[in-house]
Amino acid sequence: MQSEIMFAGFGGQGILLIGKVLAHAAMEEGFEVAWIPSYGPEMRGGTAYCTVVISDRPIGSPIIKNPLHLVAMNGPSLEKFAPTVKKGGIIFINSSLIAFGANRDDIDELRVPAVDIAKELGSVKAANIVSLSAFVARSGIVPMETLKHCIKEEFSKKPKLIPLNMDAVAAGEKAARNQK
Amino acid sequence: MAKVLMKGNEAIGEAAIRAGCLNYFAYPITPQSEVAEYLVRRMPEVGGVFLQGESEVAVGYMLFGAAGAGARVFTTSSSPGISLMSESISYIAAAQCPVVFVNIMRGGPGLGGILPSQGDYLQATKGIGHGDCRLLVMAPASVQEAVEMVMKAFPLAEKYRNPVMILGDGLIGQMMEPVEFPDHLKSEPSNKDAWATNGMDHRKSNTRNLVKSLFLDPVVLNDNNLALKAKYDRMRVEEVMSEPYNTDGDYKGLIVSYGTMSRVCRTAIDMLKADGIEVGMVRPQTLFPFPVKAVEDAALKPSCTHVLSIEMSMGQMVEDVACCVKGRLPVSWYGKCGGDIPTPEEVIGVVKERIA
Repeated sequence: MQSEIMFAGFGGQGILLIGKVLAHAAMEEGFEVAWIPSYGPEMRGGTAYCTVVISDRPIGSPIIKNPLHLVAMNGPSLEKFAPTVKKGGIIFINSSLIAFGANRDDIDELRVPAVDIAKELGSVKAANIVSLSAFVARSGIVPMETLKHCIKEEFSKKPKLIPLNMDAVAAGEKAARNQK
Repeated sequence: MAKVLMKGNEAIGEAAIRAGCLNYFAYPITPQSEVAEYLVRRMPEVGGVFLQGESEVAVGYMLFGAAGAGARVFTTSSSPGISLMSESISYIAAAQCPVVFVNIMRGGPGLGGILPSQGDYLQATKGIGHGDCRLLVMAPASVQEAVEMVMKAFPLAEKYRNPVMILGDGLIGQMMEPVEFPDHLKSEPSNKDAWATNGMDHRKSNTRNLVKSLFLDPVVLNDNNLALKAKYDRMRVEEVMSEPYNTDGDYKGLIVSYGTMSRVCRTAIDMLKADGIEVGMVRPQTLFPFPVKAVEDAALKPSCTHVLSIEMSMGQMVEDVACCVKGRLPVSWYGKCGGDIPTPEEVIGVVKERIA
């Protein structure tokens, strides 16, 4: 069994970081993982995306053209990648910045106003963790406890940020559960 | 040690430290700059040195000098940077000094692009520098294997007193995967007092060691080149590494592929199997010495009708594959380069067209 998750958005939204946190959590759960960044000649504010592959056996091709799931943090990412998602996957949409939908009836669309939620929590920067947590809650791809543990480790050198990010996990999880 | 999630480039830097290498000279270039970024922070923690040269040409001679003085030393670069170092690599091989080079390949020729490629195969295995010199070349297919190969490269460079190269593509450098670092490096006791210019007081000897690559007497030059050749022949016997995949049963076609490309092929082979089409693969782990016997034996299995060299380059390794098959079966090439990595579906299409 193999799952591929693409994270996509603007540079600076913390896209690569949430991909890394998910890969770490899946590794802790005993899965084989690979995290593959896009590394074109990018600039600040340009697009950023990465793919995380999670598998119960050694991972072959790390090049994924059709991911199972998509976490889209901005409009251009949703437009570009929504058509590539496999049937039956989840498409997470950061509805604070994306007014339109995935326009697909064969996937599970999850709309969460991640930026608005993060602002309420005190920092727009936490929108990535809100989004990751909502996606993990919906997909069940790793247990929430493992996710929290890995977020704490990620921020271990900036412990002041841990309470904010734990609030972001709770808010993201709640937002996902409140949506059918 | 527990598994950690690390980027290939960072893991390569850590592996070198764990192999006891405390001297890193380099010049940054995408897609391997994270090695320098990692080591500029990490080297001072372990009492080591990271020195950025003013160019790759300078770096090559900094490596030569340090290795000649008996220090364990390495560098990392990417394709155009390696071209600039190639003169010094020839000097280092001629003077028989151990240096580890890591080439995280990007697309070429020229400035090319910064995305993954395997376009430096011929340069690394056959044309790294002028004169009769060769490198021992290893090609990792995962971050874990990159770590293991880097740690192996230092003792091998010292065993042969010859440069060793790790040839990875950009994806091996940029990807994060779980890695486990071996605790200790298995290393032979150093023989460097016999040849390095490490000070006569230090080794309590009255003989001066001389490290040089100039041999104006043709007989002496020939003898030096024969000594180099003897080492390269010994590598062909003692250091060949390859990994078979799906070669136990009968297969209609054989793929030869290395690095990231071999992983795409592995997925394609699994998908073909589900379709009832059996294809085997030999993955060279050393590119020089090339796994001649492994490829030849796998190709000559009676069920096999075609051998495909699949590369992220425009048909380089296929020349070595054809040498192994010696005209007894059709050999063909498929590949793309410069970041446009073939997908499993594309590999399957080629297999179905030429083999099935």
